Amino acid sequence: MKTTMIDLKWIPRALGLGLLAFAIFGPLTNLVLWAVAEKWYFPHALPLQYGFSYWVSVFSPRGNATTSLTMSVLIACLTVIFSIGLAVPAGYALARLKLPFRGAILLVLLIPQAFPNLPVYVNIARLFYQLGLNGTVVGVVLVHVTHGLVYAVWIATAAFSAIDRELEEAARSMGASAFKTFCDVTLPIAAPGLLASAIFVFLESLDEFTGTYFVGAPDISTLPLLLYTAGSGGNYQIASITALILLVPSIAFMIVIERFLKADVLSKVGR
Amino acid sequence: MPIPLLGLLLVMPALVIVLILFIVPLVSSITGAFAVDGLFGFANFQKAFELYSSDIVFTIVIVSLSAVLIGLLSVAIGGYLTLGSNPRAVAILRWLYRWPLFVPFIVVGQILRTFLAKNGLMNSLLMQADILTPMQTTSFLDWRGIVIAFVWKQTPFVTLLLAGAMASLDRSMIESARNLGASRLRILIEIILPQVLPTLLVGLILSFVTMMSVLSVPLMINAQSPTMITASMAFRINAYGDYGVANALGVISLLTTSLVGWVYLRQTMREHR
Repeated sequence: MKTTMIDLKWIPRALGLGLLAFAIFGPLTNLVLWAVAEKWYFPHALPLQYGFSYWVSVFSPRGNATTSLTMSVLIACLTVIFSIGLAVPAGYALARLKLPFRGAILLVLLIPQAFPNLPVYVNIARLFYQLGLNGTVVGVVLVHVTHGLVYAVWIATAAFSAIDRELEEAARSMGASAFKTFCDVTLPIAAPGLLASAIFVFLESLDEFTGTYFVGAPDISTLPLLLYTAGSGGNYQIASITALILLVPSIAFMIVIERFLKADVLSKVGR
Repeated sequence: MPIPLLGLLLVMPALVIVLILFIVPLVSSITGAFAVDGLFGFANFQKAFELYSSDIVFTIVIVSLSAVLIGLLSVAIGGYLTLGSNPRAVAILRWLYRWPLFVPFIVVGQILRTFLAKNGLMNSLLMQADILTPMQTTSFLDWRGIVIAFVWKQTPFVTLLLAGAMASLDRSMIESARNLGASRLRILIEIILPQVLPTLLVGLILSFVTMMSVLSVPLMINAQSPTMITASMAFRINAYGDYGVANALGVISLLTTSLVGWVYLRQTMREHR
């Protein structure tokens, strides 16, 4: 009798979990199928022929995916270097030092998250056009830095705030200078949080569409722009292959994120 | 060097970037909306309302509906993660719900465009399972597609924040309520939810602002009119180079979010004091 009770309780659970799994993995499976479909048309539920001929043409030396991938990675790396370089001192100051106008500084750093960025990109594109920065790597990197910087500052602030002050004070009392204490004590302890913030900024830059669309296109082609162009042209195989390339680092980060960020730091992200 | 000055010096570079590349363009989007041939006027807004009033309503309805659905789903998932009695089901759910967390919007647009189309995989599977006949299939690539895309992508984010807040609650109150015989639904609504409400609010506001900024999803899923004002703004600029009307639409979207944005800024500033 008892076993049937337990079995019955699994029916709603399995139904709920099954529906959720279908809602999440159905679309993802669809993407993978499109990426390896050679021939697929209505009313066939599954592709008629599988193969990698689109992969070969996409990744051929003259294929546009190779150029876009290189460009995307270049822009993302530059964005990470700039953002983290600016965010580490800012995050340290916000977490540890006495700041005049603290309220106003916090407000400026929070505003980008409280307002939609599309009107901003439109006007940046207009400004950059006058400065000759439209369609250049520098222009796109600047737009990505502005977007990523805000997240980077908040994660860095959270990472520095979580460090026990006594460790720093111990180093100082043994005669280490403030700068040496920061380099030898504070920075290594904060490193996992900063690394997570670097990965996050990298992904945000890799995935960014709107800003690149206004500032970079058509001279700069990143993976999201390639995906968009291929998709609008009805070329679902190339669009799906590009989407799959973007999906891999995103899923990988989703799986490892808790190793870098504890839930309490994570809950401060975006605050 | 005195400490306050040093702190200011360290923050300054980041601050200058945000000021020049976000705050200044934000202000010029507002001034640009009121500029008509170099003079102050409301012609841009008049034109925006004439041409795009249905898009404005469409946008607000879709984003609000999505936010409500995201809120309900994240409370349900977070609640089950906190109160679920079967460890295996909780573990499966914890593993399952997070997959879309970092999937970029442009990829969400692409995968749902192929999945939800009239001849997409969803309808094909439903037909194979004899749930639908070919005559009954419909394309979801309209407002429903946008809502599905937003909910699919943003629910894990809000749930992650919410489940974190729920996990750090004091368990003793929950346990004693349970010992007194309160149902789990009642514990969720009357004990847990009031305590995590600020976190839920912040998550939903950030999602609201994000959804108001997304260009790729409406472009890819809903090409017909009415569409979201992000797509209208892009169209206004690409087709006509009309920054005035685009900026007027921008100000309308700023006004829509400023209400929720203000709540967010107040809440967060209070926590950082």
